[in-house]
Amino acid sequence: MTTTVTEPESRIYEPVIGVEIHVQLKTRTKMFCGCALSFGDEPNTHVCPICLGHPGTLPATNAEAVHFALMIAMAFECEIAPRSIFHRKNYFYPDLPKGYQISQYDIPLATAGRLGDVRIHRVHMEEDAAKLTHTGSSGRIHGAEASVVDFNRGGTPLVEIVTEPDLRSASEAADFGRLLQATLRRMGVSDVNMEEGSLRMDANVSIRPTGTATLGTKTELKNMNSFRFLERGIDAEIRRQEEILRKGGEVDQETLHYDPQSGNLSTLRSKEEAHDYRYFPEPDLVPVAPTEEMLGRARSALPELPAARAERLERDLELPAETARLLAFRSEWGDFFESAVDSRRELAHNVANWTTNELTSRLGDRELADTRLEPAAFAQLVELVAEKKISAGAGREVLDVLIEEGGDPAAVVEAKGLGRAESGELEGIVDRAIAENPDAVEKIRAGKGQAIGAIVGAVMRETKGRADGGEVQRMISERIRA
Amino acid sequence: MSEELLGLTAAEQAERIAAGELGAEEAFEFWRDRAAGDDLGAYLWVAEDAPEGAGTLPPIAVKDLFCVKGVPSQAGSRILEGYRPPYTATSVRNLQEAGARVLGKTNQDEFAMGSSNENSGFGPVQNPWDRERVPGGSSGGSAAAVAAGRAPWAIGTDTGGSIRQPASLCGIVGLKPTYGAVSRYGMIAFASSLDQCGPLTRDVTDAAILLRHLHGKDPCDSTSLGIPGELPLPSAERLDGLRFGVWGMEEAGLEPGVAEAVNATLACVEELGGSVEQIELPNAKHGIAAYYVIAPAEASANLARYDGVRYGPRAAGDGDLTSLYEETRDDGFGEEVKRRIMIGTYALSSGYYEAYYGTAQKVRTKIAQDFSAAFEKVDFVVSPTSATVAFKLGERTADPLAMYLSDYYTVPMPLAGIPAVSIPCGLSEGLPVGFQIAGPAFSEARILDAAHALEKSIRFEGVPVG
Amino acid sequence: MIERDQVLHVAKLARLRVSHDEVDKVAGELSKILEHVETMNELDLEGVQPTSHVVDLTNVLREDVPRPSLDRDTALEQASDATATGFRVPSPGAS
Ligand SMILES: [Mg+2]
Ligand SMILES: [Zn+2]
Repeated sequence: MTTTVTEPESRIYEPVIGVEIHVQLKTRTKMFCGCALSFGDEPNTHVCPICLGHPGTLPATNAEAVHFALMIAMAFECEIAPRSIFHRKNYFYPDLPKGYQISQYDIPLATAGRLGDVRIHRVHMEEDAAKLTHTGSSGRIHGAEASVVDFNRGGTPLVEIVTEPDLRSASEAADFGRLLQATLRRMGVSDVNMEEGSLRMDANVSIRPTGTATLGTKTELKNMNSFRFLERGIDAEIRRQEEILRKGGEVDQETLHYDPQSGNLSTLRSKEEAHDYRYFPEPDLVPVAPTEEMLGRARSALPELPAARAERLERDLELPAETARLLAFRSEWGDFFESAVDSRRELAHNVANWTTNELTSRLGDRELADTRLEPAAFAQLVELVAEKKISAGAGREVLDVLIEEGGDPAAVVEAKGLGRAESGELEGIVDRAIAENPDAVEKIRAGKGQAIGAIVGAVMRETKGRADGGEVQRMISERIRA
Repeated sequence: MSEELLGLTAAEQAERIAAGELGAEEAFEFWRDRAAGDDLGAYLWVAEDAPEGAGTLPPIAVKDLFCVKGVPSQAGSRILEGYRPPYTATSVRNLQEAGARVLGKTNQDEFAMGSSNENSGFGPVQNPWDRERVPGGSSGGSAAAVAAGRAPWAIGTDTGGSIRQPASLCGIVGLKPTYGAVSRYGMIAFASSLDQCGPLTRDVTDAAILLRHLHGKDPCDSTSLGIPGELPLPSAERLDGLRFGVWGMEEAGLEPGVAEAVNATLACVEELGGSVEQIELPNAKHGIAAYYVIAPAEASANLARYDGVRYGPRAAGDGDLTSLYEETRDDGFGEEVKRRIMIGTYALSSGYYEAYYGTAQKVRTKIAQDFSAAFEKVDFVVSPTSATVAFKLGERTADPLAMYLSDYYTVPMPLAGIPAVSIPCGLSEGLPVGFQIAGPAFSEARILDAAHALEKSIRFEGVPVG
Repeated sequence: MIERDQVLHVAKLARLRVSHDEVDKVAGELSKILEHVETMNELDLEGVQPTSHVVDLTNVLREDVPRPSLDRDTALEQASDATATGFRVPSPGAS
């Protein structure tokens, strides 16, 4: 994990970071028209006069989008505005068919919340822009000759979440992003997929001499499409600002793009080019004034959220805090774990360890869903190891099989002959090992207990690790004393 | 039979169609020929042959800015030249379902911005009473077509007077319903918080019939409510016990001939048993100022979509996006539209919002309060519809502000969202004068009833048509 | 009262062209209109609530049920410059 403060002279600076997150809601239809949402479909096949901005059309607000937005506001413990309104945000761009974006401005849906230890400044609803594909060599804006607009995405319901500048490092920002992603995924209100753009994060970055309270000039880092890039981008920007300040220069207020390949930051928009959006209340829509009924519906739709889940796993299953957090913040892992220990809570610790150590390290970036592993089978495997029916090493082998081919662990153990060596079989092996190591036997008899290791090792080699070290040791000492 | 049909109101024609005395196709053909023969510039498009629909009601002339599927709908603007919408406006669909087929699209001021129809991108319209004069605007084509017997009836839109003022200048009936009574879906927007669709007709009964079919709550228009309760056809012959509050008779610009005709109508009110008193609308005089901030501000956003990308003509530009936008809009928009976009953009731009838009919205509140106060004392607020009769083509084009001031009597009602009708009440210098009756929100039935009683006793003679 | 450079700035915001020889004429017209508009300031508007809607409605919401979209040819039909699948424009930022 990269850390902000590397070169000694930069230690005098403290980063101040706030993030803006755009989340595409997982409704069936768009924010203001009846077109079905889609991803990766044929261009311009989910469009209608409304989302193409044809003359005379009017927006009609999607009730489910408001419901999801209320759920999000509640998940962040926000104050929900008794009466919020939509504004028009005016600017010209080919991905904006009406020449304005319908968004919320001075009276957002919700304010003053928190997620983890980061304060949420505001939560508001708006519509997404269309997709511009820049033809020509690079996909980057500059240099491309012509572009083609696909309005399938245009009008997708968005919730914009703005935090207070409470983050103090790139890694904190990334961790916050992960918690937010876990929370929204758990709620089922969005796919929160950064590569596909259903979760988009911008960061406002400034630095200040450590210990001072004044805020430095902030720059905005746009649209980083993974938490890794977000972290790298913020780090790069912090370093850039530090160098400027150390050289006695001044940071310009601008919007930057981070290129993860080159690691370069390039200016998208300078302060001079800053827009004058001419916001005014959208006359085609009426205020949203959540009723008790609407609020109740949103409240009861809220599932247990990761933070709460971590607490519960820690409390009820007595898992270590870090383990509980790991399982709770990746809800698919948490779900897998909980269904695995469902009927065998006594195994909770072992299953938790095997999940967070063995399983995660084996899967890496791979999704649990893409494996053949069944929670129940996983629990049985852990149980076999716990009851010393097989060794830990054998357990790992079985796990590899279950991940690729699925099936029942006991059967795999059988098929691969990974079961414990029974004492009958062992006796012969032990006797042979003793016979083959006379000098070790001498040493033991002379009181050099540790010499037994040589004999145990021989037995283990012979049994390919299927024997239980403790038992082998017991048998050897018995025989030698006798 | 032509002479005969021309002599009938739309309601009377509908009765004959219902009674089987007049064939729907026969009626459509007759009116189609009348529309095709228009030489006032009232039409921008006329239906070739009878479109789908029962035809149980006479066909209807529709202002250009109503979207009709597959039919040119250009809002009187070159920037929409050749635009044929993939859908039909709710209001038009309601009429089609009621049995009225679209006869043609009528000329208008570009994007409904104007009071003389001289801002049309497709040429002006002549007033059938005097071809050297304007028909009023922005629904000038609809008003002229009905007045000249080129359409049995028509619909238009009213944002600051665009139905009532041309109705007044052409000697016909024009009703602006309560904001929210009729769906705005498919009406090419000028100023969204003010625009309303309404009828322009030969008489009050025809207006009531159209309103019946037009109004209603529409899921496609979040601001639509429909008119609660029944809409009986107007039948009143007396005005007993009704109180009429008059305002604006001391205005400097009020032509003596217009004042005379309006006073005669007030005398008529008393003859019919109504009472007349002077009332104050203290903030009405600021209506124009507020209107010319709010409407342009909303328009500046409503017209941002015309960029030549998804529909409408596109200029060559210099290869870059900005020049494509600027050239397309520069070629496509007329002077008045550009002027209002400039005003609106300025009024919303950072640092000026509060001084202009914010203030105008507060004035709007004050004007609405003036009306509420007035309706405590009286049933109706009445006035001339226009300070003058139809003026000469070109007379006011040089002076935008003078043109704006001609909306003086009609602007306060849309600002307050209340309904008002203009009925012809006499002649001045041989030209029609309009009498305006405004009531509280959703009082359309009462307004039309009062208008009906006055109409019966005024017996205004329309322009002789041939 | 609106100055020349304000006229040019506003024109830029609105994507309209005002040629340099028009600027003074336009500034004059707009100033005259704004002068009248500013008569609003005679009014005492202390504590007056602004009106942006005359209808007293809230929570007008649409059920989240898909409705048929346009077929693509119809969607692209009206565009002056369309590819087989989309609307072509000069790339933003390019020139
Ligand atoms: Mg946003
Ligand atoms: Zn759509």
